[in-house]
Amino acid sequence: MATKRAQPPTRTRVVLGELRQRRSAGERLAGDRVELSEPSGVGDALVRGLVRAQLVLALRLTLVVAVGLGGLPLLFVVAPAAGTARVFGVNVPWLLLGLVAYPFLVAVGWAYVHLAERNEQQFTAVVRRPER
Amino acid sequence: MGSSPYTVAAIVAVTLVTVVIGAYGLRMARTTSDFLVASRAISPTWNAAAIGGEYLSAASFLGVAGLVLKHGVDVLWYPVGFASGYLALLLFVAAPLRRSGAFTLPDFCEVRLRSRRLRKLATAFVLFIGWLYLVPQLQGAGLTLATVTGSPYALGALLVGGVVTANVALGGMRAITFVQAFQYWLKLTALAVPVIFLALHWQATDRPPVTPVGGTTFPRATTVVVERPATLTFPDGATLEVGHGERLEFAVGTPVPRVSGVDAEFGGDWLLPGDRHREDGGLFGTYSLILATFLGTMGLPHVLVRFYTNPDGAAARRTTLVVLALVGLFYLFPTLYGVLGRIYTPHLLMTGETDAVVLLLPGAALGSGLLGQLLGALVAAGAFAAFLSTSSGLLTSVAGVLSTDVFGRGGMAQPGSVRGFRISAVLAGAVPTLLALNVFGLDVSQVVGMAFAVAASTFCPLLVLGIWWRGLTDVGAAAGIVAGGGASVLAVLVTVAGPPMAPWPATLIGQPAAWTVPLSFLVMLVGSALTRRRVPADVGTTMLRLHAPEPLRPEPDRPRTAPAAGVRTAGTVKA
Repeated sequence: MATKRAQPPTRTRVVLGELRQRRSAGERLAGDRVELSEPSGVGDALVRGLVRAQLVLALRLTLVVAVGLGGLPLLFVVAPAAGTARVFGVNVPWLLLGLVAYPFLVAVGWAYVHLAERNEQQFTAVVRRPER
Repeated sequence: MGSSPYTVAAIVAVTLVTVVIGAYGLRMARTTSDFLVASRAISPTWNAAAIGGEYLSAASFLGVAGLVLKHGVDVLWYPVGFASGYLALLLFVAAPLRRSGAFTLPDFCEVRLRSRRLRKLATAFVLFIGWLYLVPQLQGAGLTLATVTGSPYALGALLVGGVVTANVALGGMRAITFVQAFQYWLKLTALAVPVIFLALHWQATDRPPVTPVGGTTFPRATTVVVERPATLTFPDGATLEVGHGERLEFAVGTPVPRVSGVDAEFGGDWLLPGDRHREDGGLFGTYSLILATFLGTMGLPHVLVRFYTNPDGAAARRTTLVVLALVGLFYLFPTLYGVLGRIYTPHLLMTGETDAVVLLLPGAALGSGLLGQLLGALVAAGAFAAFLSTSSGLLTSVAGVLSTDVFGRGGMAQPGSVRGFRISAVLAGAVPTLLALNVFGLDVSQVVGMAFAVAASTFCPLLVLGIWWRGLTDVGAAAGIVAGGGASVLAVLVTVAGPPMAPWPATLIGQPAAWTVPLSFLVMLVGSALTRRRVPADVGTTMLRLHAPEPLRPEPDRPRTAPAAGVRTAGTVKA
């Protein structure tokens, strides 16, 4: 990885109104960076790749939640025994929905933040040094 | 529970602290940008606590425990869904939305699709969802104050409406950030501390069972005064007709009878998932609810505004993760109140007013001594914090949209003025206060669920497709919002004002998200595909802005100085 995420990223100024006019001049930056905003260029393909990677990541983790958590109502209907089982004197559905669901959601969220930042680091590395 | 002096003192204290912190923030708010987006100088932890404080409303603080008391394990999907909404927000929206620079949903329409007309349409739905969500907050405040102090219903609604409107109009958003963060921790404390005492008490009294074999019983002698004719059914099958004004005495250990017209679970069914008695449609209703809460959170107007206060996309992600953890931590407690209420306040099952369980439980379990009174005062303070914080957040965003899009000319170029924002805040607060004073009998959790369904059917598809799909057009987006939003708004109106219906249509209308959300997505996709020529020419640039990490973006920021007055409200920071 070329960049260290621990350092705060450089602040950027958001200029919406003047964006299109200024872009051609302002976008040219020093070095051998890939030109990101040129339509149908290498940069455009890279951005498309990043968007796809992030979307696939988000959809995969949604699937994890859909199966892990969204499958529960169906499970309780299909296998009523799961609804009456007890662990530590507490019925399993209460334990799952009242307690376990929240750390599970946080764990999925943590994994997403970690993996999404890794995708961005790879993207940054490729853009900064395209030939390596 | 009678009126305890501590309860009144606690409610007054919470209200005063809210006003004082607001005034303190007011002195610090110097420029327009300070005023509206808190200069983006708020740390992720503060910001996350503020988001959590804003999000945990009356429905979370009072409603969830009441539903658990009534229906048992099935309604645990409400808190799980409310929390998982932040996961959907994190996965699909948080970082790109922050990078878009949009401050409100209408802004996003203009940034992404360059359409003024779509902006107007989004404005209408922001106002509808905001007000739909505000009315039950104010009603909850009125009912709480009436329950704990015996004051008239209108007083609580007017008090919260007035305090919140004044605070938002005078303090702006930085004040609100401090207030909200404070209120998250207050709400957590107000539920967590009494629960420790309640658990100790339960342990010390030989752990009375939650679901006794013979059905739920009265923990002590209870007198019930009948207010409307009903049929009581006892667990052994005996029935009793009672009329208005009759007094019924129940001795300690008598089973609690089922009251006709009150929908609640009795006996062992309460403990098990998938009850067959409920009219609201079992599995379909459950999945519809999950969909509405999972996808609706991202479309709530007061949730999105907060993301602009993060310095960059990565910080927006981390903030959302902290919010998810904070909200999840909070939701561990309402369940315990519902369960303990089963033991100590079963008479609420007869009256049906289970929303009061959080307020009444400390007094009912621990007696009317000093400890019970103090803990009762603490939960009342927490409930008021819930009304004040959620209403503040909603009001800020509704007022922001009003001042830019209705009174201002709604463009990215017009500067919003502080005065305009104040006038908008007063108007934004007056409408739901008047509605709350004149509309009775709306169920808090139900109306809040409706707001989620409308948000999930309008702004969720707009955000998700706008962020991840280049092919979205303004026409497609508008068609999807009109179809999904129109259908869900219609469902809201029919449920609130319509006639009683057969079980199956009642489920489709009462929990509409399972069909209105796919409808909205579908119409947006097809509509955009049919109008492919209207895809904005600069969509590539916009996607770059939304998804590229900040270090790669053009034009490094100037050194941070206070921006001049006249800075845009809507996310454009101009030099």
